[in-house]
Amino acid sequence: MSAITRDEVAHLARLSRLALADEELDHFAAQLDVIIGAVARVAEVAADDIPPSSHALPLTNVYRPDEVRPGLTPEQALSGAPAVEDDRFRVPRILGEEA
Amino acid sequence: MPYDEALERFEPVLGLETHVELGTASKMFCGCPTTFGAPPNTHVCPVCLALPGSLPTTNAAAIESTIRIGLALNCSIAEWCRFARKNYFYPDMPKNYQISQYDEPLCFDGYLDVEVDGKTVRIEIERVHLEEDTGKSTHVGGATGRIHGADYSIVDYNRAGIPLVEIVTKPIPGTDRLAPEVARAYGTELRELVRGLGVSDVRMEEGSMRFDVNVSLMPRGSSEWGTRTETKNVNSLRSVERSVRGEIERQAAILADGGRIIQETRHFHENTGTTTSGRSKEEAQDYRYFPEPDLVPIAPDPAWVAELKAALPELPGVRRKRLQQEWGVSDLDMTSMYNADAIVLVEATVAAGAPPADARKWWMGELARRANEAGLPLSALRITPDQIARVCAMVAGGALNDKLARQVLEGVLNGEGSPDEVVAARGLQIVNDEGELMEIIDQVLAGNADAADKVRSGKVAAVGALVGGVMKASRGKADAGRARELILERLGVSE
Repeated sequence: MSAITRDEVAHLARLSRLALADEELDHFAAQLDVIIGAVARVAEVAADDIPPSSHALPLTNVYRPDEVRPGLTPEQALSGAPAVEDDRFRVPRILGEEA
Repeated sequence: MPYDEALERFEPVLGLETHVELGTASKMFCGCPTTFGAPPNTHVCPVCLALPGSLPTTNAAAIESTIRIGLALNCSIAEWCRFARKNYFYPDMPKNYQISQYDEPLCFDGYLDVEVDGKTVRIEIERVHLEEDTGKSTHVGGATGRIHGADYSIVDYNRAGIPLVEIVTKPIPGTDRLAPEVARAYGTELRELVRGLGVSDVRMEEGSMRFDVNVSLMPRGSSEWGTRTETKNVNSLRSVERSVRGEIERQAAILADGGRIIQETRHFHENTGTTTSGRSKEEAQDYRYFPEPDLVPIAPDPAWVAELKAALPELPGVRRKRLQQEWGVSDLDMTSMYNADAIVLVEATVAAGAPPADARKWWMGELARRANEAGLPLSALRITPDQIARVCAMVAGGALNDKLARQVLEGVLNGEGSPDEVVAARGLQIVNDEGELMEIIDQVLAGNADAADKVRSGKVAAVGALVGGVMKASRGKADAGRARELILERLGVSE
């Protein structure tokens, strides 16, 4: 029984804005299944007394003071943008016509 | 369907989500400034633009402000919680995710009491969490400037990363036909509370406070809640009220027709008071939240939280009760001041030395009238509490009467300067020089011989016409009381 289904991979691809062909879905589903299986093995060695962790460092409350620091000029900020208009990042159409 | 008919057949259930931009100097996770109205993309850096290799660091002041809001809303404060990534593809966040909180909000399980129609309604608070605001998109092309049908969009990231607190109520049943008023009262009270804490300027017209309004209906007698809709980004208290009303009417018409409500986001339109469909929520709201790996957990020291709690300022409801007692005004007067957003202004005017009754009289009378004419909130009038207090002092000192005071207020509102400058420029002092006043009185008596005779013959009531004549001849600058005394004296009549 595989850990991830082909439908789930198709769903993730859609959420990630990836256009995958049918044969690619099959291909990646098999690969992802192996990865999930490998990660699952970690759970097998974790004993009951080991709490789940989300961070590598045992730290809490790392803050900076509320102070303004210099950032980028608009020219610098926009220098890597594929398209610029009125000092703003220009992006392609977000949604199509209303259905 | 008309509102009354809708309420005969259905009961509404409300829910409100409020976004408040915090008034910190710098952004949530970087040192960019947060001031409103800067030229596009001037408040940006590698962190809030999500350039490769940049890492966020949490703003300590934002954590403190959020906890203070939570405490003021009677919430429990998490002993340990994390930020979470909310993943979505939309160009208002350059990271393709927003740093937010998911199942571990910083504050939870609180309440806020609001007063509607003389009754206290307790609004339960589900959670208060911290996230970052998004950039501002402008949609170009297409017929309406809206996102649908636009040719492309342009994005300014100045706002992206400003700390944003989200305050979420539990579902609010039982408001019945007062649902629109309850929604508005909650918004008003929450704004007062946040403003009182000094953590945000809560300027709704600049978007620093905005509401998402959830409404569902259930048939009378049913206990099963209906499908809700969420009207997004409602940005005035009046619109909160109107959007609830409009959505109740719309949903009732659909349900009465045997239709079903689609769970979706909707947009409110100021001009019509109605909502239209936005993105459909049925299509997989799959944000794939997971703990933010770039930020370590938040674990507020309980002793520090207790200190913050002890240092909270007087909350608005308590403050109103105290002021009402100090000012000696009725419930009704207090409510009308509250509804007119005049309490802060009256309080500041009293603090500047005016008697409470006078402060209230001007703000709720002449100034309310002028604000109403101009379609502005009282606070937007170009006159300060100090200036009102100065006018009150001049009236009390006998330099002005009420009629002249109104002219002084008009001058200040017109930008003619301070009250003293307006008095000097317009020549509005009361005529205190008795010689000058007597001259006017003699003129008026000469021109109104009939009335003068009546008074002489004992009909003292006729003196009113003569006083009126003096006031008119002096263009309102005479002291009416003194003029009356002098006229009677001149005519040899004693009362």
